[in-house]
Amino acid sequence: MHNKTLTLALMDPPYESANSTTALRIVASALSKGINVNVFAYEGAVNLAFKDQAPHANPVKGTTVEEEDHPTTKNFVASLLELGKGDPLLTWVNCGLCVDERGAANSVDGVKRGGPADFFKMAQESTATLVIPTK
Amino acid sequence: MSHYVFIESRDPFETRDTRFLVDTAITLKQLDNEVTVFLVQNGVLACRKKAVGSHLPELARAGVALLADDFSLCERGIQAAEMTAGIQPSSIDSLVDLLARENTKAIWH
Repeated sequence: MHNKTLTLALMDPPYESANSTTALRIVASALSKGINVNVFAYEGAVNLAFKDQAPHANPVKGTTVEEEDHPTTKNFVASLLELGKGDPLLTWVNCGLCVDERGAANSVDGVKRGGPADFFKMAQESTATLVIPTK
Repeated sequence: MSHYVFIESRDPFETRDTRFLVDTAITLKQLDNEVTVFLVQNGVLACRKKAVGSHLPELARAGVALLADDFSLCERGIQAAEMTAGIQPSSIDSLVDLLARENTKAIWH
């Protein structure tokens, strides 16, 4: 599988849709199989890797931040980038204009800035491309 | 012959545009392509035998391969014994294997 590359385009913002969970599962599975992965995060999806995300306590249940152990998408993305830091390689590109609109430039380490032309190039060079749009 | 993988994430009882997927998948199958529909998220809600009006038996009769994500089934409490014949419980790993084949076109819905 080491000569394969899968490209995904994501658009959903974090904590809104099960699409994000499924997309991250696909990325994790592909990397575990030795498949290189490109992610082009567009529109609200640029916030998946936003570093300022913070876990929170749950005042309804009376649990602390530690007890709640709230998962954040920035940690998921950081873990995937760690998994894909060599061979296989995960390349995560955030749409720069989408980042600027949302003030979301502070991404986890390893996230690159780009544009739709990067997605076009990724798709041309990939075994398969999957676009996961918002509804 | 090409391989087509449709990833159906939508609940057919919530949105009628799942009909687009049925028509497209069956037409591609009739044109001698290999067609798989992978059900994920609320797309698996059509798997139950008691889901009257489900579009999945029509796809199965047309020879379209039907796979259902085990994680999504588990989240929604759908057991294998409750599922309509012709649908196989599957996994994200299997979906990735399908996507990684040469000459495969993947369409998310």
